Amino acid sequence: MYRYTDFDTAFVAERNAQFRAQVERRIDGSLTEDEFKPLRLMNGLYLQLHAYMLRVAVPYGTLNSAQMRQLAMIADRWDKGYGHFTTRQNIQFNWPKLRDVPDMLDALAEVQMHAIQTSGNTIRNVTADHFAGAAADEIADPRPVAELIRQWSTDHPEFQFLPRKFKVAVTGSPNDRAVTKAHDIGLRMVRNDAGDAGFEVIVGGGLGRTPMIGKIINSFLPEADLLPYLEAIVSVWNLLGRRDNKYKSRIKITVHEHGLDDIRARVEERFALLKSAFTGIDQQLYAGIKADFAPPAFSTRDTGPFDLSYANDPVFRAWVDSNVNAHRAPGYAIAQISLKAHGATPGDATSDQMRLMADLAAQYGHDELRVSHEQNIVLPHVHKADLPAVHAALKTLGLATANIGKISDIIACPGMDYCALATARSIPVAQEIATRYNELKLENDIGDLKIKISGCINACGHHHVGHIGILGLDRAGVENYQITLGGDHTETAQVGQRTGPGFAYDEIVPAVERIVDTYLSERTDADETFIDTFRRVGMTPFKTALYGEAEKRAKAA
Amino acid sequence: MTQLINDTGFLTEDPAQWIPSDHIIDLTSDTDPAKLSDLLHGMELVRVDFPSFADGRGFTLARLIRQHGFQGHLRARGHVIADQYAMARRSGFDDVEIDDVLAARQPEAQWLARANWQDHDYQSRLRGLAA
Repeated sequence: MYRYTDFDTAFVAERNAQFRAQVERRIDGSLTEDEFKPLRLMNGLYLQLHAYMLRVAVPYGTLNSAQMRQLAMIADRWDKGYGHFTTRQNIQFNWPKLRDVPDMLDALAEVQMHAIQTSGNTIRNVTADHFAGAAADEIADPRPVAELIRQWSTDHPEFQFLPRKFKVAVTGSPNDRAVTKAHDIGLRMVRNDAGDAGFEVIVGGGLGRTPMIGKIINSFLPEADLLPYLEAIVSVWNLLGRRDNKYKSRIKITVHEHGLDDIRARVEERFALLKSAFTGIDQQLYAGIKADFAPPAFSTRDTGPFDLSYANDPVFRAWVDSNVNAHRAPGYAIAQISLKAHGATPGDATSDQMRLMADLAAQYGHDELRVSHEQNIVLPHVHKADLPAVHAALKTLGLATANIGKISDIIACPGMDYCALATARSIPVAQEIATRYNELKLENDIGDLKIKISGCINACGHHHVGHIGILGLDRAGVENYQITLGGDHTETAQVGQRTGPGFAYDEIVPAVERIVDTYLSERTDADETFIDTFRRVGMTPFKTALYGEAEKRAKAA
Repeated sequence: MTQLINDTGFLTEDPAQWIPSDHIIDLTSDTDPAKLSDLLHGMELVRVDFPSFADGRGFTLARLIRQHGFQGHLRARGHVIADQYAMARRSGFDDVEIDDVLAARQPEAQWLARANWQDHDYQSRLRGLAA
């Protein structure tokens, strides 16, 4: 894992001192509310529906046990004893007081963490594949690249007052677990025909009210050109992006309005101008960062305890089958801890749960944890022989739900329960769907199915790329939920199609049931997943299931 | 009236006062970067306007102006707050010009607190410049 250099430590300390002074200068009137707002946002502090919210960066989703324990301490000392893990691999505290925030930031700095650029019109926390460094299918570890970009984007003098927020994601695997095509910039680590390392650069993806799948602006960017090329893209957009309408300011709209070829030409020209400022020192630093991410010392042990439990304990077996993934090292596994217990708030963890996960990482997981964009926690390096003990410990605090990738593993934004922008509730909808399918005991039979719920058009719940997407809107003061089908968040990314008119709050769970029932009756066999069935049969049978009777009634009338 | 500010604090004299007016150009924040080369020709003082502190285009314009080889005096003028002083200097500006109302609200000490802009700078580090 990356360890702060003296430079990083001094930087964060200086930044925290600046923020402490900014809070005081707001109170004494030196800063107007308008001026203070972007300054608090670039330090992670939002003003929400009921209170402030502090969003803490978990760079590329990687944590060690000491950091997780400190998050638990912060939750207990300054919040209500829990935190919320987000779709951008961060954690949010929902109830801090403004005067406590500088102390919270200092507590984060004690464990080499911060909340810098988790909000505001800045380059946000860089995300990466949550299986990085462990996945069997990986070409290269994306975390050193993400860390290099973190350093380059942090406090970048040109890019603190951009037209809008700017998000970057990196994947080192052909199986895209970082949703790179739905980011302002997505980077896929590739090799060219000569075997040289580089990036496929994707630009202009995004969700929100105008969902766009990113486009390839450069199919092979040599590794050494990364920072000047990123700088060229953001530089072009900073001057060209619209500042007259915040709904049209993201780079996806700039690319759409000017065309990819025009943007590419501008970027190439800007790159030629900026490149000389980089002398190769960044590549030396990159090499040093890479060394920090050397794999842990994997042990060679008998997997006997695992085999025995797997054969004899059906509950353990079910958990392994859904929550455990292939690891590149022999005898090892990637274990996912579901934060989606049926009926619970997706992504929430109590301080006790955080401490337990930290203990398990320290004891069994080479001291590493990851936050996934699907709002679960990952133990990336666990020896299979230890999985029975890990599972038994997780059960004691309700963390052993065997539902990763299943219908109840729902991404949901905070919605109207917390968020000032929301137009509808999302968390209760997720809770009701999960509870319903737990009662029906159909979850394993249904198999791989991604439901994603957003409580407003800004799409923080990624509903556009859910196999079943649910968007909660406000229709004349009443919650109304639109459904999309066929969305895909992977390397074959697609935006889902709307089924038709939306559903009232009390109709949405039955509507999901009709969709799932249609899938179960239409699929060729249990091996055909929901998304494959949808691609084969199309929208029609699902529409009929949702609206058929109503349409017949309308025609009869 | 306006207040000029650099690393030494509030200035009482304009360090660019000797530059004749036909060698001075004012650029708006929506200046087309493709025209910079022509606009900068023969200029010794360039003033980039910040209509609002939230409009960050001026920082990128400054960077491009320097990258085009401009060696003269570069000034950020308008609504720039003390918290942006380091950004302005790091982007290539020599000094900042703000109105007296803002100077009264954000007195000299708040600007001097950011005069250490060469420290803790990731960009210098990544570019191999002395920090």
